[in-house]
Amino acid sequence: MYRYDEFDHAFVHERVAQFREQVERRLLGKLTEDEFRPLRLRNGLYLQLHAYMLRIAIPYGVLSPRQLRQLAMIGRRWDRGYGHFTTRQNLQFNWVKLVDVPDILSALAEVEMHCIQTSGNCVRNVTADPFAGAANDEIEDPRPWCEILRQWSTLHPEFSWLPRKFKIAISGAVEDRAAIAFHDIGLKIVRGPDGKNGFRVFVGGGMGRTPYVGQEIRPFLAKEHLLSYIESILRVYNLHGRRDNLNKARIKILVNQLGIDKFREDVEADWEQTRKDAIDLPEDERRRIMSYFAPPDLPPRPIRDEGLDQRRITDPVFANWLKHNVRPHQVPGYVSVVISLKEPGRTPGDASSDQMDFAADLAERYSRNEARVNYTQNLILPHVARSDLVSVYEELKAEGLATGNYDLLGDMICCPGLDYCNLANARSIPIAKEIAKRFEDPARQELIGPLRLNMSGCINACGHHHSGNIGILGVDKKGTELYQISLGGSPKDDAAVGTIIGPGFRAEAVPQAIDTIISTYLANRNDGEDFLATWRRVGAAPFKEALYGAA
Amino acid sequence: MPNVVTANRLLDGIVVYLAADGSWTEDIGCARLAETEEETKALEAEAARAVAERLVVAVYPMAVALHDGAVDPLSVRERIRAAHRTTLTKDWYDVPL
Repeated sequence: MYRYDEFDHAFVHERVAQFREQVERRLLGKLTEDEFRPLRLRNGLYLQLHAYMLRIAIPYGVLSPRQLRQLAMIGRRWDRGYGHFTTRQNLQFNWVKLVDVPDILSALAEVEMHCIQTSGNCVRNVTADPFAGAANDEIEDPRPWCEILRQWSTLHPEFSWLPRKFKIAISGAVEDRAAIAFHDIGLKIVRGPDGKNGFRVFVGGGMGRTPYVGQEIRPFLAKEHLLSYIESILRVYNLHGRRDNLNKARIKILVNQLGIDKFREDVEADWEQTRKDAIDLPEDERRRIMSYFAPPDLPPRPIRDEGLDQRRITDPVFANWLKHNVRPHQVPGYVSVVISLKEPGRTPGDASSDQMDFAADLAERYSRNEARVNYTQNLILPHVARSDLVSVYEELKAEGLATGNYDLLGDMICCPGLDYCNLANARSIPIAKEIAKRFEDPARQELIGPLRLNMSGCINACGHHHSGNIGILGVDKKGTELYQISLGGSPKDDAAVGTIIGPGFRAEAVPQAIDTIISTYLANRNDGEDFLATWRRVGAAPFKEALYGAA
Repeated sequence: MPNVVTANRLLDGIVVYLAADGSWTEDIGCARLAETEEETKALEAEAARAVAERLVVAVYPMAVALHDGAVDPLSVRERIRAAHRTTLTKDWYDVPL
């Protein structure tokens, strides 16, 4: 993975020193809250419902054991012994004290981490396929490009005060596991006509109040032009994006208002003018960054493992975990393992400091010193030898981290909601827990098949409810929490925004409503169909009737 | 309906209420009640001084109900704030406050 050079170290430490001084000035009264707020937000520090919350960037979801252990230490020493992995591959601590934050930032800097670009109207932490460098359907590792974008965008003078925040995601594989269609810019590495790889560029996707699926602005962009082309997109947005209305300030509104063709025309015109400038990355710098992401030395191993085959036959729970949480690797004899943070009864995406330490140990012993976070709020061991799977499983099981529900109903995305968040209108975590309880039986989840259930506690949609096959949105209706259900969303290559199915449900009625939806799907599905396929074939009518009675 | 004034403490962000003795309390039961608009304005003025003195941030008044003398913060949001905890009881990180 990328390692800081002298410049990176100096830069991050300088930022910590700056913030330490800013906190001092705030406490001495030399800065008012209005003056201080934008400064703390630029360092990832929010004031939430109960306390300050610190959002830590995990660039493109990659963590070393050393970093995980430091996060665990921070959780123990300055928070309440746990953190929350977010839908942007970040980590949030929920209970930090303002006076401790400079020390926390110092501790992060020691392990090459920071909270820059986790807030504010800038280019945010770039996200990626969590199986990057490991997945067997990979065309090219997206991480070097994420790192290039990270370095280019950090404190970019022209793009630090955009009309609104700006999110970029990159996928380098056949299957999109980074939800690129729901980002301001989505990049998909594809093979070009001359056999060289490049980017298929999407723009204007997003969730929130006005959800849109990103539209293709360029079918193929040669890789060497990535920075100049993205700069042109950002420049057009920066010039023409609305600044008068917060709800209409994202690039998706501009793209849809102008239409993709006009937006493309403007971008291409800017690009023609500016690409002559030396914006694109020099080849030797590109090579330098690439070298940090050289694949680990994984000597091919046997694909079959007798112990594993035996266990699979005798232990159906293990077989279930193997089927869902173990993903194919590009090197024979290896796999990637999803550590589910979705055990029924637990808050989706939360991990205790002990669990972070434990995951760090596993990454060290079994996964070539690498761990990952995915946007669906799980941890991943990217490079595990197949012959170690039984041992890994046993260890995970002992820690309650071996729930075999990856990409099944139990693998819900869930935002912190009204239990923590100042913006939320309704709770989401207790609803997720109730649903998890109702669908606890692994056999039932297996029967249901792949299903993305996403839940947000407000319209800002941190819980990606728009892209859920089943989406739940909590709203406030005259002081009561009410939950709107939408169906048919998808975060993948067939990206779609879900359709609201009808009037909302009170909290206690939500699990039954989900049950009714699932039963309707099972009653209507044809052989081989998953939820989305059935929904697309039969439409809303049977679901509406089951939920609300005949019209 | 009476009002109380709530805020977050500057140093640690914890939810507090302006108390009868002019201090800031974590216990909504000890919050000073303003029965009239004028009393609410007086509470707000006192809170504004506390903001200037860097004791608290994010100050606002809110209506409460009284049930047998106990203060009911009315909305789910304010009940969660007043409880100083998430509603996620019986959990492995359910840290006592």
